[in-house]
Amino acid sequence: MTDPHSAEISAAAAPLPRRPRVAVYKFASCDGCQLQFLAAIGKHPELLSQVDFVHFLEANRAVEPGPYDIGFVEGSVTTKHDAERIQEIRRECRTLVTIGACATSGGIQALRNWGKIDEFVAGVYATPAFIDALATSTAIAEHVPVDFELRGCPIDTGQLVEILSALIAGRKPRVPATSVCAECKADGTVCVAVARGIPCLGPVTQAGCRAICPGHDRGCFGCFGPSDTANLVSLNLHYQAAGVPRDELLRLVRGINAWAPAFRVEGDRFAAGEGAS
Amino acid sequence: MSGSRSFIVKSLARVEGEGALRVRVDEDGIGITEFNIYEPPRFFEKILVGRAVDEVPDLVARICGICPVAYQMTACRALETALEVMPPAGVAELRRLLYCGEWIQSHALHVHLLHAPDFLGYESGFAMAIDHPQLVEAGFRLKGLGNRIMEVVGGRAVHPINVAVGGFHAWPAESALRDLGADLEWGLGAALELVDTVSGFEFPSFERPEDFVALRHDVDYPFNEGRIVSSDGLDIPAASFQEHFEERQVSWSTALHAVRLPSGAPYAVGPLARLNLCRDRLPPRAAQAAARLDWPQGNPFRSIVARSIEIVAACEEALKIARAWTRPSDPPRAPFPLREGMGSHATEAPRGLLWHRYAIDAAGLISAATIVPPTSQNQARIEADLRAFLPAVLPLDDAAATLRCEQLIRSYDPCISCATHFLRLSIDRVVTPR
Repeated sequence: MTDPHSAEISAAAAPLPRRPRVAVYKFASCDGCQLQFLAAIGKHPELLSQVDFVHFLEANRAVEPGPYDIGFVEGSVTTKHDAERIQEIRRECRTLVTIGACATSGGIQALRNWGKIDEFVAGVYATPAFIDALATSTAIAEHVPVDFELRGCPIDTGQLVEILSALIAGRKPRVPATSVCAECKADGTVCVAVARGIPCLGPVTQAGCRAICPGHDRGCFGCFGPSDTANLVSLNLHYQAAGVPRDELLRLVRGINAWAPAFRVEGDRFAAGEGAS
Repeated sequence: MSGSRSFIVKSLARVEGEGALRVRVDEDGIGITEFNIYEPPRFFEKILVGRAVDEVPDLVARICGICPVAYQMTACRALETALEVMPPAGVAELRRLLYCGEWIQSHALHVHLLHAPDFLGYESGFAMAIDHPQLVEAGFRLKGLGNRIMEVVGGRAVHPINVAVGGFHAWPAESALRDLGADLEWGLGAALELVDTVSGFEFPSFERPEDFVALRHDVDYPFNEGRIVSSDGLDIPAASFQEHFEERQVSWSTALHAVRLPSGAPYAVGPLARLNLCRDRLPPRAAQAAARLDWPQGNPFRSIVARSIEIVAACEEALKIARAWTRPSDPPRAPFPLREGMGSHATEAPRGLLWHRYAIDAAGLISAATIVPPTSQNQARIEADLRAFLPAVLPLDDAAATLRCEQLIRSYDPCISCATHFLRLSIDRVVTPR
C-alpha cells in the first residue's frame, strides 16, 4: 500500500504536451464529490478549455476509450465487481486521484466493517441472496496504488481546482496538511471545545472545509479525515476529563471517516473498553 | 437454425448514480424490461441504528450529494414528531428557503446540463455549450444561485452542516439573506425565460395514466409539509404512508420498488406529479407560467417544463423569505428530551415524495429507520412507461432505440444514489431467421 497523501505525483512531473484527457469514475458514493466538478466548472468555465472530460458519465453520454492522463475516483469498494473494476481503472489511468471520504477512507458505508454483513443485508432487503456486497467498504488505496488523495465529504471546490491546475501545470498540488484548528484561528472563530466544552474533532482533522462547523457553533465531525499528526488519545483524554461520555466520543470517531487508520485505531481502542474513565 | 443478436450499450449517462436497463425482444414482442441496478447498496437504514438523534441530519445527508437537504429536512421533521419538539419561530421559513436552494440547484443541473441535451441533440451539456452558450451559462448560474442559498442557510452547498433536530445550529445573518435578493431577482427572470425555451422543445407524443402522488398543503406549494394525495383521490397524513404504499424487492435491483396498496400498481412522484396535484398552490409568477400548458399533463417527457416552472416557484418563494426573514432573539434550536419515541414525516425532494420513519429508544438512540426515496417510488412506474414506450421505438436501430429509452428514463431525473438501496442499457434482440 502506498502513502498517497504525502506522495508526489511523479507521473505529472512535467506539463502535458496537450489538454489532459480526464476520466471520472464512480464507486459506492452519494455523487456529491462528482457534483463538485460541475460546481468548479461553473465557477471556472475556462477549465473546459484546459481539460478534456472524455469519460464522465454523470455529465456526458459520450465516452472516449482510455488510456487516460488522469483518473478521478469517487466512492469506495464495496462489491466483488468493483474490486475487479478498480484494477482495470488503475491500468488505464496514468495518474490516479481519489476524491472524497468514500474513496480515501471507505466513507460512511464503512461503518458496516464492524458489523456482520449478513445482518446489514437482511436489515434492508427481504431476499438477501440477490445482493452482491462485500463485508467491508474500503478505500481505493487499499486495492491499487493511488497518486493523490483529495479528502473531504464533500471535497472542496477550491482544492479540486488547485489539483486540476497542478496536474495541468505538472507541479505538486498545494493542499494544506494542517488541522481544522488552523482554519478556525485564521478566521478568528472562538474555539467551541475550549470556550463551550463541545467535543470537536478539529484538532485531529485535516483542514480544507474552512472550519465551517465551529463557525456555526458546533463541533467538527471529521469530514476531511485525520490530519497527519493526529493524536486522538490525547484529545479524547481531554474530552473525557471534561465529562464527555465515552459513547459519544466513540460515535464521533466512528463517523464519515471511521475506517481511516487514525480514527479506526481510536474507535477500536474505545470499543475494547480502553479509555474507560 | 436460429440465431440471436444482443449487445450491451453503455452505462446510462447523465443520471445521478449508476444503473442499467435490460430489454429483451423476441418474436412475441417485448420479453422483459427491467432495471439492472448496480449502485452498490450502502445500508443506510442499518447504519443509523445505534446513532444518537442529533447525528441523524449529518448522516442521512450522505445518502445523496444532490439532494442532501431533502434527507435532512425529512429526518428532522420525523424526529421532531417522535420527540414532540417544536422548533423556534423563524426555523420553518429558513428550512423552506434552504429547500428552495436545493430545488433550484438540483433542477437547474438536470434541466440545463442533463436533460436539455436530449432535446437539442447533444451528448452532454459541455458539447451543447458550444452552440448554446447562453443556455448552459444560465444553467451554471442558476445552479450556483441554489448552491449559494444552501451555503448561506446551511453552511455548505453539498452536505450542509447547519441543520439540526430542533432547528439550526446557528442563525444566518439577516444581511446574508437580503444579499441574495438581487441574484434571486435575476434567477426568477432567467427561470421564466427557461420555461419559454423548454416549452418550445419537441416532445414525443406519449400520454400516460394519471397516477401521480405528491404532498399537498393547505396554502403553500409543497416543500416541508402537507398531506399525501393522489390523482385518484387518496388523501392521508404522512404517518399512514405504509398502509397505502409498499416497497418490494426485485431480483434485478438494489433499489426497492414502491407500489400502491392494495392494487400493487406503480405510481409517479416528482415535479410533474406536484404540478398536476398542486398547481393551485403555486406562487403568482409560476402559476402564470403553468397556466400556459394543458393540464392535466401525463407526458413524462414534459417533466423538463414542470421542473423549469418549479425553478420559477422556488425563486419566488426564496425571494419572499430572503426579503422578509428577521433573525429571532431566541436560540436557533429547541432542546429535545432523551426518550423513547416513534415518528414519521414526508417532504417533497426535488425528485418527489420522500418518506422517513424512525424509532428512538430510551437512551435517545435510533433503534429502527425506514427511508423511502423518490427514485425507488418512480422505478416501477418507469418500467411500466418503458413497456408502453418500447413498441414505438423498436423499429429504430439499436442505438436510436437506446437513446429514446435513455431519454424517457432521464425525464424522471432518477437519482440512483438516493435509491438508498440505479443505468447500463442493454437490448437483447433474439432474432429467429425465417
